Amino acid sequence: MKYASEFRDPVAARALLTAIAIKADRIGATRAKPTHIMEICGGHTHSIFRYGLDKLIHEGVEFIHGPGCPVCVLPMARVDECVEIAEQPGVIFTTFGDAMRVPGHGKSLMQAKAAGADIRMVYSPLDALELARRNPGREVVFFGLGFETTTPSTALTIQQAAREGLGNFSIFCNHITVPEPIKALLDDPDMTLDGFIGPGHVSMVIGIHPYDFIAQDYGKPIVVAGFEPTDLLQSVLMVLTQIAEGRATVENQYARVVPEHGNPVSMAAMADVYERRPSFEWRGLGEIDASGLKIRAKYRAFDAEDKFGIGYAAASRNVPEIPGCACGAVMTGKIKPTACPQFGRGCTPDMPLGALMVSSEGACAAYWKYAGARAAAE
Amino acid sequence: MCLGIPARIIAITHPDRLMAMAEVSGVRREVNVACVAGNDLDSLVGQWVLIHVGFAMSLIDEDEAAATMEALRDLGEAQEALDQMRAAEEAML
Amino acid sequence: MALRDKLVTMAHGSGGKAMRDLIEDVFTSVFQPPGSEDQARLMSESLQKPGARLAFTTDSFVVTPLEFPGGNIGKIAVCGTVNDLAVGGARPLWLSAAFIIEEGCEIALLRRIVASMADEAAKAGVQIVTGDTKVVERGKGDGVFIITSGIGVIPAGRDIGATRIKAGDVVIVNGVLGDHGATILAARGDLALSVDLISDCAGLGHLMDAALTVAPGITAARDCTRGGLASALNEMATEAGLAVELDEAHLPLRPEVAGVCEILGLDPLYLANEGRLVLFCPPDQADSALAAMRACPEGAGAVVIGRALAGQPGRVTMRTRFGGARIVDMLVGEQLPRIC
Repeated sequence: MKYASEFRDPVAARALLTAIAIKADRIGATRAKPTHIMEICGGHTHSIFRYGLDKLIHEGVEFIHGPGCPVCVLPMARVDECVEIAEQPGVIFTTFGDAMRVPGHGKSLMQAKAAGADIRMVYSPLDALELARRNPGREVVFFGLGFETTTPSTALTIQQAAREGLGNFSIFCNHITVPEPIKALLDDPDMTLDGFIGPGHVSMVIGIHPYDFIAQDYGKPIVVAGFEPTDLLQSVLMVLTQIAEGRATVENQYARVVPEHGNPVSMAAMADVYERRPSFEWRGLGEIDASGLKIRAKYRAFDAEDKFGIGYAAASRNVPEIPGCACGAVMTGKIKPTACPQFGRGCTPDMPLGALMVSSEGACAAYWKYAGARAAAE
Repeated sequence: MCLGIPARIIAITHPDRLMAMAEVSGVRREVNVACVAGNDLDSLVGQWVLIHVGFAMSLIDEDEAAATMEALRDLGEAQEALDQMRAAEEAML
Repeated sequence: MALRDKLVTMAHGSGGKAMRDLIEDVFTSVFQPPGSEDQARLMSESLQKPGARLAFTTDSFVVTPLEFPGGNIGKIAVCGTVNDLAVGGARPLWLSAAFIIEEGCEIALLRRIVASMADEAAKAGVQIVTGDTKVVERGKGDGVFIITSGIGVIPAGRDIGATRIKAGDVVIVNGVLGDHGATILAARGDLALSVDLISDCAGLGHLMDAALTVAPGITAARDCTRGGLASALNEMATEAGLAVELDEAHLPLRPEVAGVCEILGLDPLYLANEGRLVLFCPPDQADSALAAMRACPEGAGAVVIGRALAGQPGRVTMRTRFGGARIVDMLVGEQLPRIC
């Protein structure tokens, strides 16, 4: 596959691993006192485990798996609301496959489907729009979730629906943004991160400068990275190089896809359709100011919150999540998944308690799938 | 998050709705090209884009890709020197 | 007499003349079972040899869509049952086939399904000797469900099974993985992907027999259907009490299947196959087994993909192209397309 297989080259990977080892030694990173690099994006977490990079890399470099998995950070109350909408008569509820198994307080979408709700997996919000065109007598709702990478797709879909004047299509908006939770992490006094791998596909939309504050205000290096294994390794090397040279800047390893200033059409569509909520709840992280998006009043006709009378009121939502579930501490890098008392005991992929075990890119599920059943047993 | 993969635009399917056919390893899917269309839709044909949930989100910059590959190649060729460097540094520890 | 209806109605399940017409015209005239009693009465010389054993299997088939590039539900039903017998070392002989048909099903579609079944049965050298039909009301079925059972004979001296796998055995598959699963995903249409792929659906009786003839040391085999290669290997490793290690670099995969997986975020190791098996073979017989398999059309792509090891029982791992390793676990539920 062009533009992918070139970046899976074992020879280059070996050279990068050696170069990383040299740099790691130089900055004094050891197993006992590792350099903590957070890969913000769950896609990066997935690649790290899929290619076994965590086992190949110098022992002084430790990956901390960040909050960049929109399914993982989705509060249970929002899943409950999805089910509530999906169970309304006449509704076709459409979603990406990722969200199907996420547990709510009552049912997951998968369980709601089994109980009779018309819930369909789609690949694209455009497919949900097409369902609405074909089923004029039904209300088609799309579960809009994801970061800035995915937000333009639903914004453009709403704009298209508006152009066509479709009256039976709406989006249940749960879009969230990346920079705000990173700031929240950096403000945490217990934070021990030394640098960041930035989510490349988010930056392909918003560019690299929204991360300037990480380098300028907090003095941490960040390298916006691609998703192939040599992309990740090269980015780790770039972070270590910055540390070794005492620099902290925003660098772009993924320039083949990420323009410095992002994509103007995507950003314009997002700005046209969405506005910021005062705050939004992240599972495990709590309410974070200005981190969630809402459909603007001018597109109210396509807002499922409006159509179904589901508001977002922060105050009512600090419902405790599951006792003993340490998703929050895992997501902020304070503990490894295996240190959670529930990992592999009360919480497994078959019977997940926390969302990090549900989504394939959740740190716990990734640990379990690629490395961790062993870790649980140990 | 955000699974995105490189695909080549092989045809414009619905110019009015900015839809085009993209192909990855012989798999075809219609995608929206609003974000990469610019003024000349037809010039997209043959270009590589990054697709995500049915949208072409970014044009792939061939020069940048080549530059990254070049850097990887150089590094691969320098493997021996790196190994020696590593060995020397370890000996000093 | 020839059936004139175009669609199956409840009358075709009533036990009356309409039902008899359907059975005779669509089913028995094609399958030509021996005799018309409610039970098949069977005899085979291979059964009478000392030490020969019976193998008996049953399976039910549901698939959407009912017809897809490279096959239909009937072809899968015959191949699936033949393969379940073959991977146990049995020579498949007889099948039963029961059909649960939804009211409104096109009779022309039924004819195509039955024709495929007869065709595959002939290729596999098995006879469809008994059967049944039921009709359910519209909405209570999904077009057609097929339930097949199969009987085969395991020749004297053959005894293969997962518990016989030994550390050091090599792991062989008979060709590229995931074609069927990727074909079905595309054929369903709800993901709007188009790809020139055809299902790998095939009977593997002759292939298995050929491999066992030249490599009698083959310890075990499974067909990699639902859950794909990964699930078959996890089951076998657990039963064997051994570890299995795969080499990512040797996994045979069509670019189109890899493409479907990249787009949807799926792992090809878990994609369904309907004409692929995985077998364990002592290393000194691997070349003979491979040569015999490659001489069959269903085994042209046969290749060694890994080995059994005396490691942690039940653990399946894959060496990545970088020399890293990852665990290839059982699938928890259905593999869902993902965006992240």
